Amino acid sequence: MDYSEKVMDHFANPRNCRKMEDANGVGTVGNPTCGDLMTIYIKVNDDEVIEDISFQTFGCGAAIATSSMITEIAVGKTVDEALKISRNDVADELDGLPPIKMHCSNLAADGLQAAIENYKENNQ
Amino acid sequence: MYLDNSATTQVSEEVFEEMKPYFTEEFGNPSTLYKYGRESKKALNQARQRVADAINAKPEEIIFTSGGSESDNLAIKGIAFKLAKKGKHIITTEIEHPAVTETLHFLESLDFKVTYLPVYENGIIKIEDLKEAITDETILITVMHANNEIGTVQPIEEIGKIAKEHGIKFHTDAVQSFGKIEVDVEKLNVDLLSLSSHKLNGPKGVGAIYIRKGTRLVPLIHGGGQERGIRAGTENVPGIVGFGKACELASQQLEEHYEKLSSIRDELIEKVLSTVPEAYVNGDREQRLPNLVNFRFKAIEGESLILLLDAKGYQASTGSACSSNKLEASPVLTALGLDPVDVHGSLRISLAPESDTFDIDEFVGIIAESVARLREMSPLWNQELDYDGVMCSKHGDDCRMC
Repeated sequence: MDYSEKVMDHFANPRNCRKMEDANGVGTVGNPTCGDLMTIYIKVNDDEVIEDISFQTFGCGAAIATSSMITEIAVGKTVDEALKISRNDVADELDGLPPIKMHCSNLAADGLQAAIENYKENNQ
Repeated sequence: MYLDNSATTQVSEEVFEEMKPYFTEEFGNPSTLYKYGRESKKALNQARQRVADAINAKPEEIIFTSGGSESDNLAIKGIAFKLAKKGKHIITTEIEHPAVTETLHFLESLDFKVTYLPVYENGIIKIEDLKEAITDETILITVMHANNEIGTVQPIEEIGKIAKEHGIKFHTDAVQSFGKIEVDVEKLNVDLLSLSSHKLNGPKGVGAIYIRKGTRLVPLIHGGGQERGIRAGTENVPGIVGFGKACELASQQLEEHYEKLSSIRDELIEKVLSTVPEAYVNGDREQRLPNLVNFRFKAIEGESLILLLDAKGYQASTGSACSSNKLEASPVLTALGLDPVDVHGSLRISLAPESDTFDIDEFVGIIAESVARLREMSPLWNQELDYDGVMCSKHGDDCRMC
């Protein structure tokens, strides 16, 4: 697979890969039957800022790298800002993904959105 | 360390040396009558004899092709078109190479009917299923000798006997078995058999089909009458010479290599299963090639594992969807009845005779470490996660897997 150096770096040295016990938003996307499953954990503070974010991912190099990358992009952002992060933003930050991976393993933005929705439900 | 020899192999020095003169000095077209042509023709005949000897056939029963895929296409379409008036039913298995499966799908579009025999958990068909599938319309049975992903070996001799009893033509794809275990066309009772050069330290782009004397088929490539009119086109002389040499070497060393490879394979299996938790071998443990093993590891995805192993200097392959161009999980592993999630966690290791230089303990240690690392990252490992109902955003509504 033709991965950029950045993808390989995030795959080999994933940032913030852990289960978060005190998360107040958790989102899971993908389906392991298809080869990718991603859980994003967020801890949002009283100012609606994502104070901490982590992930756990079952999947290919691209799935792991995009998970890792989104934790770096989203941390410190407000939930409203974070909701604007798109799949393309994640791929761009990684210097691109192989075309075949753009639609399948590029799940991180969806995962973050699911976690934020979960946070909002929890805090209604 | 290259451990993907079922994908392709390195051309051996001896083979390469034998090929060299046919690129430059002996460049003649074997169909011409003067000196250059005669030398090429001589080389072609010698190679044909070597291939024939390697499978206990006669030289006139060997037709050179561009490789295993062409041989499979020629055997299946060639027989189907020749015998279409007699019947339009073909029997095969669920785990054939795409060169067979896709050829059959094409024939289905032309109103041929195909029965795909199941293989069960051990990756081997049941003879009873075959007997039941045969009808008056059956013109061809095509069953691979050894599987390219899991290495299981089918009961070809027995299938051949049944085919013969019913007067049905029988083809086997022996691309993976040739050079690893005995391939004898008389013992195997086959009418047609596909071979490839690059799986046994020969060059790419060349292969052969064995066609038993008296078996008639329609050619795929029409033209100048080469290869007795069955396969037109000026012969790939250097490639064929290399293939011939590779066959000769593989035959001479068959037993020695079998012993060596199966002992490495068994040690590898034993050590992986005892070191890595929740590790399994896919396919039958006995009826298998000496050089191939396919493992599966719970809760991890194969492409990631391949990348981690590659970073440590070991090259192997996987049946995970994420590593394929079609983004589909391996149909072979799926046919074994495995949980679809587990299919993604497969690792194929295929050895070559030169693999005896590698440190099995070190390799198993790296596998164990890599699997542990991916499991630590995986939400599926040691966690109760309810993912039923989690939408597949990967393939959309028409996803065939989820």
